[in-house]
Amino acid sequence: MYKILNAFLKINRRWIFLLVLLGVLIPLVLGKGLTRSYPGAEVVKVYDFLNNLEEGDIIILSMDYDPATIPELNPMARALLRQCFNKGIRVVSLTLHPAGPGVVITLVDELLREYSQPGVNPDGSVRPVREYGEDIVFLGYKVGTAVNILALGEDVRLSWPQDYAGVELPAYGSDPTQTTLPLMCDVQNYNDVKCVVTISGTRIPEYWVAYGYQRYHVKVATGCTAVMFADFYPYLQTGQMIGLIPGMKGAADYEELINRPARAMVGMLPQSIVHLMIVGFIILGNIAYFIVRRWEKRGGGDR
Amino acid sequence: MKNKWLMFLMGLGMAVVVGFLSHFMFYTTGEDQTLQMHTWLGLTVAAILTLFIYTFLYKDNPLYKFAEHLLVGTSAGYYLVVYYHNSVKPNMIDQIVAGFQQIGQMRAEGTFNFVDGILTNAGIWAIVPGIIGFLILFRLSRKLGWLARYSFGFYIGTAMGMYIPVGFQASIVEQIRGTIVHSAAAEPTPVFNLVYFGEFFSHPTWGGFVQAISGPLIIVGIFCTLIYFFFSKEHTGVFGAFGKVGIWFLMVGFGASFGATVMARISLLIGRMDFLINDWFKGLILPLFGGG
Repeated sequence: MYKILNAFLKINRRWIFLLVLLGVLIPLVLGKGLTRSYPGAEVVKVYDFLNNLEEGDIIILSMDYDPATIPELNPMARALLRQCFNKGIRVVSLTLHPAGPGVVITLVDELLREYSQPGVNPDGSVRPVREYGEDIVFLGYKVGTAVNILALGEDVRLSWPQDYAGVELPAYGSDPTQTTLPLMCDVQNYNDVKCVVTISGTRIPEYWVAYGYQRYHVKVATGCTAVMFADFYPYLQTGQMIGLIPGMKGAADYEELINRPARAMVGMLPQSIVHLMIVGFIILGNIAYFIVRRWEKRGGGDR
Repeated sequence: MKNKWLMFLMGLGMAVVVGFLSHFMFYTTGEDQTLQMHTWLGLTVAAILTLFIYTFLYKDNPLYKFAEHLLVGTSAGYYLVVYYHNSVKPNMIDQIVAGFQQIGQMRAEGTFNFVDGILTNAGIWAIVPGIIGFLILFRLSRKLGWLARYSFGFYIGTAMGMYIPVGFQASIVEQIRGTIVHSAAAEPTPVFNLVYFGEFFSHPTWGGFVQAISGPLIIVGIFCTLIYFFFSKEHTGVFGAFGKVGIWFLMVGFGASFGATVMARISLLIGRMDFLINDWFKGLILPLFGGG
């Protein structure tokens, strides 16, 4: 028994890697996912806030992440955009991460293709037609996180005179029929948007709180990787963030809220399996450790 | 040396395999062949590099090193181009060129003067941050490395000046306030609120219990954790006991962070496996052989 427990404590880590791999692979190969998620209060706050906006209201969606965090952050960005498109909320999207433009433009293109023809969403609701320039604009990336957030408080054109494709932004309040970006005729600074939703795997949301919320009092909601979640939680208690979407679980919650299960929901089954596996390893490892230690203290060993 | 050759041969082999498969794909797809080929090539290279990286889980090897060096190289190149096109060119080069063009135009028109041509010419002044930025490159020189200190001093000074007022408000003042009142509520209520205890004892529910103890927990947690980090007095007696409670709170915090980190890392693995299975294998490889 001692030898078995001791061997368990000294198990080669590759066996654990293999088990984790199988725990992830098997559900994905079988194409199974969780059927539903139970949204946390902090995710519901973001959903409710956006859901209570009027058709035509504008938000800033700052997608500040790179390809490394796509599995966690793309599903939540996709779910948020679907909610905005279905509700008729107009979106000014941008990125403050240098590797962000490629990720964002791919996602925006994908959603615009999905909403290019009138149709029906999987939940039976009507899928409206949404167009670039009218319902969403992507401004691209600019160097300098704090500077750009401050500039948005004065005039978006200070940092982004053109959109990502190089089209000149129309003047604020100009005739929307004379431009290919009519959405930007209604946007000058934070006074024209209802909130900023920042999705990031970095500390950029803290910049939005410090410079956007504290300086210009714009409401900030955050979607973040699970690693960052604990760091941002204090901002909820103080009301500096209106809500928080944490990691893949938060994305699955949001998919549940918009009634459109997608990749995050599929990912939550392997996630749950691996979590149970790790909890099992921790419990078994601790039990084995204490038993072995007790035997060794008693002078035993080879039993 | 042997490893270098191995890596070279692997890179060459990968290029040949990908090239062959792409060629095969190019001639077997219908319309929009170029786009198909690019998509196929991109996904296949990504899939192969993902597998190369995961070989590290067995042990360090040339396949992993090859993929790692490729990532570092391409990232450096990518960021160089991004920063040049988003910062150096529009904020410095274009500004300076425009400034000199303005001077040239004024001279041609015979209206040049020091105030309009130089002092109020914003483009010309872009030379100053350009020089400050250029000085950073002197870090590479042992003799002239001290010049870079001026740039760093300027950068740190401006960054601190920008951040301290708002950062102090956002991260300290508001957080202290958050330990006194629930500022997120529509009508701020005290964190330590005996009314919640009254409600709990009159109608005992789990939610009421959590609501009643959450405020006192926050206060006790902050108090004890701050005591733990107070090193000017020996941690003995009552003071030490409070410090120990502070450690428990810290451990709970670390546990939550560890759990969240596990979730994040597994999410990344799920994302990569999802890509390999659904996007690459089921989406590209199986259709090649009539499956999918």
